[in-house]
Amino acid sequence: MKQGRMKWILVVFALGAIMTLGACKKKVVPPPPPPPPPPAAPTASLTANPNTVEKGQSTTLTWETTNATDVTIDGIGAVKPSGSQQVTPTDSTTYHLTAKGAGGTQEATARVTVTTPPPPPPKPSATEEELFAQNVKDIFFDYDKYDIRADQGGALQADAQFLNQHSNVNFTIEGHCDERGSTEYNLALGDNRANAVRNALVQAGVNASRIKTISYGKEKPFCTESNEQCWQQNRRGHFVYQK
Amino acid sequence: MTFLNLKFFIHRHTMKLYSGFTTRMTRKNCSFQLSNSRLCALLSLLLLAVPSYAQQDWIRTGTGLAVEKVRLAVPDFKASNNDPKNPDLLKTFNDTLWNDLDNAGIFDMVSKSFYPLQQPGQPADVQFEAWSAPPPNASMLVFGNLGVSGNSVTVQGWLYDVKNTGSPQVLGKQYQDTATTDAVRVIAHKFADEIIFRLGGGIQGIAETRVYYVSDRSGHKEIWAMDYDGANQHQITRLGSDALSPRISPDNSRVAFSALTKNGWDIMMYSLDLNRLVSFPHFGGTNLSPAWTPDGLHLAFSSSRTGDPEIYMVDASGGDLRRLTNSHGPDVSPVWNHKTGAQIAWVSGRTGLPQIYTMEADGTNVQRMTDQGYAVSPAWSPNGQFLAFAWIRKYGPGEPGASDIYLMDIASKQWVQLTHDGGRNDFPSWSPDGRHIIFQSNRSASLQIWTMLADGTKQTQLTFNGTNSQPNWSWK
Repeated sequence: MKQGRMKWILVVFALGAIMTLGACKKKVVPPPPPPPPPPAAPTASLTANPNTVEKGQSTTLTWETTNATDVTIDGIGAVKPSGSQQVTPTDSTTYHLTAKGAGGTQEATARVTVTTPPPPPPKPSATEEELFAQNVKDIFFDYDKYDIRADQGGALQADAQFLNQHSNVNFTIEGHCDERGSTEYNLALGDNRANAVRNALVQAGVNASRIKTISYGKEKPFCTESNEQCWQQNRRGHFVYQK
Repeated sequence: MTFLNLKFFIHRHTMKLYSGFTTRMTRKNCSFQLSNSRLCALLSLLLLAVPSYAQQDWIRTGTGLAVEKVRLAVPDFKASNNDPKNPDLLKTFNDTLWNDLDNAGIFDMVSKSFYPLQQPGQPADVQFEAWSAPPPNASMLVFGNLGVSGNSVTVQGWLYDVKNTGSPQVLGKQYQDTATTDAVRVIAHKFADEIIFRLGGGIQGIAETRVYYVSDRSGHKEIWAMDYDGANQHQITRLGSDALSPRISPDNSRVAFSALTKNGWDIMMYSLDLNRLVSFPHFGGTNLSPAWTPDGLHLAFSSSRTGDPEIYMVDASGGDLRRLTNSHGPDVSPVWNHKTGAQIAWVSGRTGLPQIYTMEADGTNVQRMTDQGYAVSPAWSPNGQFLAFAWIRKYGPGEPGASDIYLMDIASKQWVQLTHDGGRNDFPSWSPDGRHIIFQSNRSASLQIWTMLADGTKQTQLTFNGTNSQPNWSWK
C-alpha cells in the first residue's frame, strides 16, 4: 500500500517536471571556440603480484596511468588513476584496465592464475580398528564349558598372530553365555570364558596388560531365539577394540 | 514335627516300583529327620490309598495331610460409623486381612458362602452357635469394625475361640492411624500377624515383611522393593546400568547387590536409611551375589579378582577380605546358614555342570549336596535344616531343561520337588517364618515373581509389569 502511494507521488512529480521543462524556451548555442592543441595520449600499466595464487588466497593488483581522466578495471569498476587493490578471484581471471583520456584510450591486462590445492594425501586403506574387526575372530564355547574347544584353536592362533603384529592395540574380551541356567552362574561362567581366551592369548605371546576382561553372562545376548543355533552364537568370547 | 505340613512328592515310577515292597522305601525315599519307620508306615499307607493320576507324572503325598488346620472364619469387618470414606478403606482392610491369613498356610479358611447372615462387628453381636456348628464349623472367628473420623481411622479387631463360649476371647486389638489405604493395609498386616503368632505356634507372621528384587520396567535392570503380598512396588536404585542379586541386610537398613560399573561387576551397597549408595570397595574382576551373615556383620560373595570366580568373605564395610574357596571353574551364589551363621552353601562348577555344595565359614569341610543335572541358586531355610534351590535334573543337549524349585533336607540329602508347572523356575528365597518360598518363573510367558507355601502349594504370581527376577525376602 505504502509503496503504491509513493509511486503515485513520483509519477505526479515527474509529470509536473516534464511540463515545466517543456514550457522553457530553447537557448541559442554560441559559436565554438578555436580547438585546443591535441592532448597527449594516455599510458597505462597493470600488474598482479603474485600472479599465481591458490584458491581462496588473495593477490594485489597495482596499476599506473598517465594522461587519463577515466580509469576502470573490469569487475572492479572506476578506480583512481594510480593505485593498488587486493582481490581474491575464485577462478583464473584476466583483469582488464581501461584508461581513457583526452588523447585517447589505453588498455592494460594482468592475468592471475588460481590453482586448486592438491587433495590431501589418500588415507591408509583401513584403520587399526577396521583391521581388528576384520581379523580378530570371536571364540565359541560348548554349553556350560569354558575350555577352548579344539575347533577354535585355528581362530585363536590367527587372533594371536594379528594381535602380536598390532602390538599397540588394546582390547576387551567379553564372556557371553546362552540364556539357559541361572543369571549368577552364567556371569561367573562368562568370566571363566573371558579369562580362558585371555590366558590362551597370553600364552601365545600377547602382553597381558593390553587385555581387559568382562563377563556379560546372559545379560547381552547376540541372538535371542531359543534354539541351539542361537545359543551357540551366544556362548562366546567376544573381542572389542579399545580406543 | 518341626516343619508343618511338609509334603512329599514321589515320582509315579518310583511308587510303582515300591508299592509292593513298602518296607524297602525306608532307605530310598523317606527323609526329613523323622523317625524313619513311623514316616514310612505313613507313606506306605498313603501310597496305597492315593489313586493314580493318569495325566500327571507325579503324585502328591504328605506327612501333613492328616494334620488338621485351624478352621478360621473371617467375616468382613463392619463400619463403625457413617463416614463416607469407610467403604473404600474397609475393602482394602478386608482384602488385605483375608489375603494375609489365607497366605499364612496354617489355616483352613471357611468359605464365606457358609457364613451366617448375621455377622458381628462387636463382641456383643457374636452368636457362637451359628459359627461353631456346621456349615461354618469354625473353631476360630475373626471379626471387628473400622471407622474414619476426620483424618484418622480406628480399627477394632477380635479373635474368638467360638467353641469356648465361657472365655472366648483370644485376642482383642485396637489400632489408630491416618485414614489412608496404605495405613489401613499396614493395620491389616499387623492384626494378621498377631493372629498368626497366636495360632501358628508362636512363630512371627510375615505380613509386614518385604521383598527386594530386580525389575527392568524403568528400561534398565534396577533394584526394586515390594510388600510381601506384591503391594507397594517401588524402585530403589537408579543406576542406569544393570543391577542384580539384591540381598537385604538382616536389620533392613542396607541392600547389597551387584552392578555393572565402568570397572565391570562390583558389589554395591545402598542405604535404605540414607536413600543413597554408600561406598563399598572395588575388588577387581567380576564380583557377584553378595550374601549377609545372620548377624549382619559380614558378607560372602563371588569374585574373580584372581582370574577365576571364587567365594570370598568380607566385613560389612568391605574390609578384611578373605578367600574361602580354591578350585578352578565358577564358584558363585553363596548363602549362609540362617540359623547358625557358620556354614555356607554355594554353587560350584568344579566338576562340570554346577552343583550345590556346603562348607564351614572358614572354607573347610566341603560337602557336595546334589549329584546330577544343573543345580543352582541355593537358599538356606531360617531353621537351618533345608536348602531350597533350582534344579534342572536332566540337563544337556536335547533335554528340554525345565528348571524347578526343589527342597533338600541337609542332614539326609533327601529332596522333594516343589514346582511342576513348567517354565524355568529359579532363585528361591525363604520367608522369615520358613513357611513360604518366593521365586522367579517364566511360566506365564514372561519372567515374573511368584510365591508359594514351602510345600509347593498356593503358587501365586506377584508381579506383572516388565520382567521381574531374583526376589530376596527380608529377614523380618
